[in-house]
Amino acid sequence: QESQASGLPEYIKIVEVGPRDGLQNEKVIVPTDIKIELINRLSKTGLPAVEVTSFVSSKWVPQMADHKEVMRGIERHPGVQYPVLTPNLQGFHSAIAAGATEVSVFGAASESFSKMNINCSIEESIEKFEEIAKSARNMNIPVRGYVSCALGCPYEGNVIPAKVAEVSKRLYSMGCYEISLGDTIGVGTPGSMKRMLEAVMKEIPLRALAVHCHDTYGQALANILTAIQMGVAVVDSSVAGLGGCPYAKGATGNVATEDVIYMLNGLGINTGVNLYKVMEAGNFICTALNKKTNSKVAQASFNTGTIN
Amino acid sequence: AFPKRVKVVEVGPRDGLQNEKNVVPTPVKINLINMLSETGLQVIEATSFVSPKWVPQMADHAEVMQGINKLPGISYPVLTPNLKGFQAAVAAGAKEVSIFGAASELFTKKNINCSIEESLERFDEVMTAARAASIPVRGYVSCVLGCPYEGKISAAKVAEVSKKMYSMGCYEISLGDTIGIGTPGSMKEMLTAVMKEVPVGALAVHCHDTYGQALANILVALQMGVSVVDASVAGLGGCPYAQGASGNVATEDLVYMLNGLGIHTGVDLQKLMDTGTFICNALNRRTNSKVSQASCRL
Repeated sequence: QESQASGLPEYIKIVEVGPRDGLQNEKVIVPTDIKIELINRLSKTGLPAVEVTSFVSSKWVPQMADHKEVMRGIERHPGVQYPVLTPNLQGFHSAIAAGATEVSVFGAASESFSKMNINCSIEESIEKFEEIAKSARNMNIPVRGYVSCALGCPYEGNVIPAKVAEVSKRLYSMGCYEISLGDTIGVGTPGSMKRMLEAVMKEIPLRALAVHCHDTYGQALANILTAIQMGVAVVDSSVAGLGGCPYAKGATGNVATEDVIYMLNGLGINTGVNLYKVMEAGNFICTALNKKTNSKVAQASFNTGTIN
Repeated sequence: AFPKRVKVVEVGPRDGLQNEKNVVPTPVKINLINMLSETGLQVIEATSFVSPKWVPQMADHAEVMQGINKLPGISYPVLTPNLKGFQAAVAAGAKEVSIFGAASELFTKKNINCSIEESLERFDEVMTAARAASIPVRGYVSCVLGCPYEGKISAAKVAEVSKKMYSMGCYEISLGDTIGIGTPGSMKEMLTAVMKEVPVGALAVHCHDTYGQALANILVALQMGVSVVDASVAGLGGCPYAQGASGNVATEDLVYMLNGLGIHTGVDLQKLMDTGTFICNALNRRTNSKVSQASCRL
């Protein structure tokens, strides 16, 4: 196996965040039935996990106001996880009532970001998540932990790796089965990715780590490559690269799932995902949003009429 | 371990503009090159001495070559497809030239209407003249990770063509992923084969970003010891084989990555971005550089 010989993981789990992180950062409000259709299409691509929606107050995130309807309306394919965001205990209960079987909590490695984003300190946010983790444990609901600003913060600038490791450890210790390290503003490079992962890997086992890279500075694939060279085997991405960057007007956000899969296919790494079907799902949502795809693979493939 | 220094070869004024639809007026080309000369870049590919019948964008090659400020310490190579072009280039003041080979027979046939062997014979004439005039020659190999006509290209073929061009006297071989189809896997395989025949110090990579893989491919090349990377300011230059798709990797995005890796380039990123802004305004198009997009607070 080519991937084995190169020291890379044989299999990488792709966590599709388009319907949540992607749509949340798109200006146009997407009708509920379109969201459901998108998720249903993604469920048929071989993706093992699709982040469905966010049980956050509709006052803060209007795009996710239909969280209950979406959760109840989607097809649930066997072998596919459908995590949802839950910022607090109330959101958690609401998610469970709507049929959620996995939840995610969002921490940050930056105090300023935590304050600006969810209006509390890192410590206070951890306390809230501990309440969720406790309830989730009682109900056998897995919890995924996100750490934002892992490679830089729009307010604080530089973020030290030790801080990322510390917050990751808190989330892992409270019971999160996986920690997704997010380069929220896409400022990271292979250099900072390596240093950050080295620090975090001292506290968290490799198999519990994921990377969530934004492509705002075009660095995402290089950063992901660095992470998988270090043994990380879970990568978050967004179909068609949905989701701009709220901190840099007009700039891009999430890395495109199609471009990630193209790279992993080229490396001989198994993902279980059908690239063509993902491109079709991307084409569907871009048409619905009346926007061009952010995926270069999709751009190149649809224009030559050939898929490589 | 990464190289401590990387030489960035700026191909925007030639490879970039050549693949832009709008023909750029000569003064704009000259200003672009002059601005690039102020950024710290050491090598700026200025133009191509090819027949204007084939490449109208480069019809003003003599005027551009004669019109630019040639700063000391900066090299301004030009493309020369044959002896005639070479002689015209030297007459116009060129001090370094480039020749373009390919690892694909079909691509060579479609592009310059001859076989790889015949193209190398043509280049031999240029090499002989260049040696006599003490003019360094850079060799390009196209389609190293895939061909728009043949599809897959064997690493052994790339190594064979690279070796021939190096033996002919090219001081550097730039390996081009012409349609951007390569991934870190194929880049590694190709370089492993080429490095058996050409010393890594004489190798460069010229990655296109058509499938978004360029920086990841460049990263792998750096990890293998390659220390010369071609790029195009603002990511100028689309892909002639995929309508609407992008082509060259953006110099700004490359420099951003190298800066983050602590690799010295000597390039001032802000000045580079300003140059990108200038040429995009002149071309009435948006930049292809994500760093530039992100840095511009509208």
